[in-house]
Amino acid sequence: MSIALLASNLVAAGTPASTTTTVAKNCTVAPGGTKVVGLCTSANSLHISVAYRSIAPMLILAIGALVLLAVSAVLPKRPRVGLYPALTSAIGGLALLAAVLQWFDGAAKAGTVEIGGQIFYDRFSVLLLILISIAVILSSLASDGYLRREGLDGVEAYVLMLMSATGAMLMAEAGGLIMLFLGLEIMSISLYVMAAFHRRRTQSGEAGLKYFILGSFSSALFLYGVALVYGATGSTQFTQIASYLAGNVPANTGVLLAGMALLIVGLGFKVAAVPFHFWTPDVYQGSPTPFTGFMAAVAKAAGFAGLLRVLTQALGTQQADWKPIVWLLAVLTLGVGAVMAIAQKDLKRMLAYSSISQAGYVLLGVQAATTQGSSAALFYLFTYTFIVIGTFAVVDVVQGKGEARTDLGAIRGLARRNPLLGAAMLVLLLAQAGVPFTSGFLAKFYVIQASVDQGQYYLAVIAMLAAAVAAFFYLRVGLLIYQAPDEAEAPVSTPGGGDGVFLAGLEPVPSLDGNVATAVLQAPPSGRIRVPGATALVIGVSVLFTIAAGVSSFAIDFAKAAYSLL
Amino acid sequence: MSVPSAWYLVLAAVLFGMGATGLLIRRNVLIMFMCIELMLNAVNLTFVTFARLLNDIGGQVDVLFVLVVAAAEVVVGLAIIVALFRRRAAATADDIHILKG
Repeated sequence: MSIALLASNLVAAGTPASTTTTVAKNCTVAPGGTKVVGLCTSANSLHISVAYRSIAPMLILAIGALVLLAVSAVLPKRPRVGLYPALTSAIGGLALLAAVLQWFDGAAKAGTVEIGGQIFYDRFSVLLLILISIAVILSSLASDGYLRREGLDGVEAYVLMLMSATGAMLMAEAGGLIMLFLGLEIMSISLYVMAAFHRRRTQSGEAGLKYFILGSFSSALFLYGVALVYGATGSTQFTQIASYLAGNVPANTGVLLAGMALLIVGLGFKVAAVPFHFWTPDVYQGSPTPFTGFMAAVAKAAGFAGLLRVLTQALGTQQADWKPIVWLLAVLTLGVGAVMAIAQKDLKRMLAYSSISQAGYVLLGVQAATTQGSSAALFYLFTYTFIVIGTFAVVDVVQGKGEARTDLGAIRGLARRNPLLGAAMLVLLLAQAGVPFTSGFLAKFYVIQASVDQGQYYLAVIAMLAAAVAAFFYLRVGLLIYQAPDEAEAPVSTPGGGDGVFLAGLEPVPSLDGNVATAVLQAPPSGRIRVPGATALVIGVSVLFTIAAGVSSFAIDFAKAAYSLL
Repeated sequence: MSVPSAWYLVLAAVLFGMGATGLLIRRNVLIMFMCIELMLNAVNLTFVTFARLLNDIGGQVDVLFVLVVAAAEVVVGLAIIVALFRRRAAATADDIHILKG
């Protein structure tokens, strides 16, 4: 910090007054002096009206988190029934209500800029606020059973979840790069603690530390990108950056391009795009399972919101520069995510690679850089939220106390142990694979359609090939669910022997008939699985939404309405 | 004699590069942590320089945001390090090896 202060003194002392000739846009400088009279825009005037309705869901979550802390301090002892998850989901429900009201607000429909230009109040934001509120409700309910079982039940997890969601909402609503950075940090700092939340599991602490070091690294890269874009365009506000770039050619395009690249890297980290994905498997595996679902849903949605805002809105005029980068990211993410997931023996690790691969499809929508592409990306994120929270809720129930069993063998014979749970997991896996009559199919269809409409045939073909590869490992897990625990013990020779795909540095891939898998997998646990009521509710809602959004078009109409005005 | 603004930008870039390199090659978690701080402060220097060049107060305000965020990050980061290394002798990244695949 001292470096920065020292530097600011040096700059102030060392630069002559003549630099006032390089005045930023819209600044009025008193003649002959260095005094800035009007500051740089009317929005920067000292009287900034705060439109509270535009940030109502965010306020509800932040105040709710503080109220929750206060309530826990006043209560004499730990409440027996699930008071904290109930309160958290009530707070999430209030935020959801506020966001739904915002949806019907005329100002949001028209799309306005509020609070000194720092908040974008439009349906794009509101859709993401709705998504994040839903994620808070579902995740708090899903966490209850886990935290109780692990003896971690307290108020802290829920407070962290609410704070993290507040940051994600700020990212979704950000009207400038600095608000985006603040939201990113509020969200990430809470997520670091959530990843390390299980005190007695070393894996959880490791996941937290890894997430922290790599997340801070990516935040610093993102911030440097913010500084460079600010230097090149003279503003950190999206609208002003866009209007500057529309009217001027930056004096130093290198600075702008470097800044843009760093912004993509920083946000690419958060959404786990290859080659910035290497933290994802470790963090997803080590984190407490319901929090992993929350992380995958909320961090990805907020990260993509930032990416869409920065690329299509602020840097929309520079499409020729960033489109090839995003194209490459999408191809790498699709390919690496799908291929690496096949080689995984751990359920959570496999789902981590699956979530990387899903990010590739959303990047397809971003790369299209059209209204259609962006609304397809939003729809993808919306459906994925339900799918991923539901999937990790099932994994949480399956793994048992102390996260004892997260290997693929744990899920073998799940349908025998609990038929409904097995069916729910199968539906969620099929949705991730993109099977028709699930929301996953429509989501993939719309992003690929958006890509094709932009003439990106290669990208579309690669995406479809990746979906085919990905279907392999989703179906493999789906078969394991319906495999009887006992019959799998009998070894059967694999015809041809080497039908598994060999890749440099990877283990041979278990083949579909499950025999190689048998050799790899430990014996499955037995006994009927009891699902806590709240978790069952979450899984049920996720499955119902996944099917409902797959067979009817209400969700995609919703997403299209959200992006029609941007 | 005044120092050209470009020098501050170059200095900031060098500091940022040192921080990034240090983070990637050092094995002590605390040193890695300090490298992150170095990177953030290099960005602050960049912000201040650009604010001066553009004669815009916004860049200097951004520095304050960054300082607050950096402080919050320090608190959380050190807490995670303490929680993880309470039972270990040394805080090196090589000890973090359980999660891999």
